[in-house]
Amino acid sequence: MDGVALLTIFVLAVFVGFEVVSKVSSTLHTPLMSGANAIHGIILLGSVIVAGQADSTWVLVVALVAVVLATMNLVGGFVVTDRMLEMFKGRGGER
Amino acid sequence: MNLLPTTWTGLLYLFATVCFILALRGLSSPRTARRGNLIGAFGALVAMVTVFLSTALDNVLLILIAIAVGAAIAVPVSHRVKMTAMPQLVALFNGVGGGAAALVALLELRSSSGFGALLAVAFTVLVGAVSFAGSGVTFAKLQEMMTTRPVLLPGQRWLMGASLAAALVLAALVLATGQTWLAAVLLVVGLVAGVLLVLPVGGADVPIAISLLNASTGLAVAASGFVLGNVLLLVGGTLVGASGTILTQAMAAAMGRSVTGILFGALKGGSTAGSTAVSDRPVRSSSAEDVAILLGYAGRVVVVPGYGLAVAQAQHTMAELASTLETRGTEVIYGIHPVAGRMPGHMNVLLAEANVPYEALEEMDQVNPKMKTADVALVVGANDVVNPAAETSPGSPIYGMPILKVSDAQQVVFLKRSMRPGFAGIENELLYEPKTTLLFGDAKESLTKVLAAVKNL
Repeated sequence: MDGVALLTIFVLAVFVGFEVVSKVSSTLHTPLMSGANAIHGIILLGSVIVAGQADSTWVLVVALVAVVLATMNLVGGFVVTDRMLEMFKGRGGER
Repeated sequence: MNLLPTTWTGLLYLFATVCFILALRGLSSPRTARRGNLIGAFGALVAMVTVFLSTALDNVLLILIAIAVGAAIAVPVSHRVKMTAMPQLVALFNGVGGGAAALVALLELRSSSGFGALLAVAFTVLVGAVSFAGSGVTFAKLQEMMTTRPVLLPGQRWLMGASLAAALVLAALVLATGQTWLAAVLLVVGLVAGVLLVLPVGGADVPIAISLLNASTGLAVAASGFVLGNVLLLVGGTLVGASGTILTQAMAAAMGRSVTGILFGALKGGSTAGSTAVSDRPVRSSSAEDVAILLGYAGRVVVVPGYGLAVAQAQHTMAELASTLETRGTEVIYGIHPVAGRMPGHMNVLLAEANVPYEALEEMDQVNPKMKTADVALVVGANDVVNPAAETSPGSPIYGMPILKVSDAQQVVFLKRSMRPGFAGIENELLYEPKTTLLFGDAKESLTKVLAAVKNL
């Protein structure tokens, strides 16, 4: 895809990102931050592609380090967010 | 493997993108938050399966082992972490994500050409490294592995300026030459800049710094999506960057702070007021029985919970004391400061766990006008969020932060571990007022004693 098409997608995504969280109560600031944190763990996808197309040993080693780090971000991020939100359960039904 | 035609790959990435948008929207409302998080996780899973099915990859076994290692580290830690330690875990996960983005861009430099792609590589390497190192420092601060007060190195301003200049020069050289070793140097400079950026941030502002670094990592991931020509990385990272920016502003507004003030306030001087020295002025400390009498014969009690309550895991005892007081005819309301504890919403989560009814929790704006009619304000392990210095002392690092005005109540009772100042490291004048009573000790032990004494009244 050419640069301008990617730039277009970027600009549209900025607006979606602004809109989608515009009304959030302070109670949810931390879980939202944590959930967003997990989403950027999708860099794992990029790490996997780079590791899978490595053409020398040092590239492979560095890329595998990136895979480990990104997995921690992605998997740990979603698990820890779920644990935070677990605390909110039971109240949804009462309200 | 090349099992999937390109069109299907694109459609599956689009599906994952939609999952991420729905996840962020779900996380913005209490009823849908948990489902939203699971939708996001599902989208990520679909994306990861797609990349393995659609891309020609070597070393698949090694990659799978690396993923297993990462998961084997992160999952048990996430399951075992205490509620009180969650903010630093989020900081840690954010940092490693930034580090991964920087490494991906660094490796991708050799196959990148064109001004836009090289610029994106330089941006990702620099911002990812800043995020990695900065998050490391926030982790150390929250874990109390280092001082929580603002740290200023001699000549910090010059060091910061020098690292910024070095980063710009290196980025320009990377753009001109496309050399990987120059990008590696840029990465190291980014690490230094990340440390310098977060060191001057005072304890109470650390959650905002984490949120800002989170948004930065998002942008770094978006830029790496640009480098790899991958739309999912581009959109996922951008969503986090944009929503993280809004969130950072919302959190700063809740504390009455500006983001630039948090990052650069200490550099300008003035924001480092406050002392960690323990004063030897007299205070009135008393016994659990005295506190029980104050509470037991009060008409209205406002409870202000803070980090001490969380650390002592005293929320259940607190809830029991409140219901005991209620049966005696005392009205108990909880005054919740938006940033009480170590993260916004910390207290709501803890008290919800102890089955405190949602209606009893009142936000700062609701509860402050009621303080004047309260007989007792019971401050359990909180300090900075009730410190009048935020209103009266312009030199204080917390000046301008809205506080719970417990000094308006007839009597103030502090349950504290010691006279040590709060997380922001500032003395609290309220402790020395004649209407203030202190009960020293672990919050849970103190509350247990007070509860027993109330039952004996």
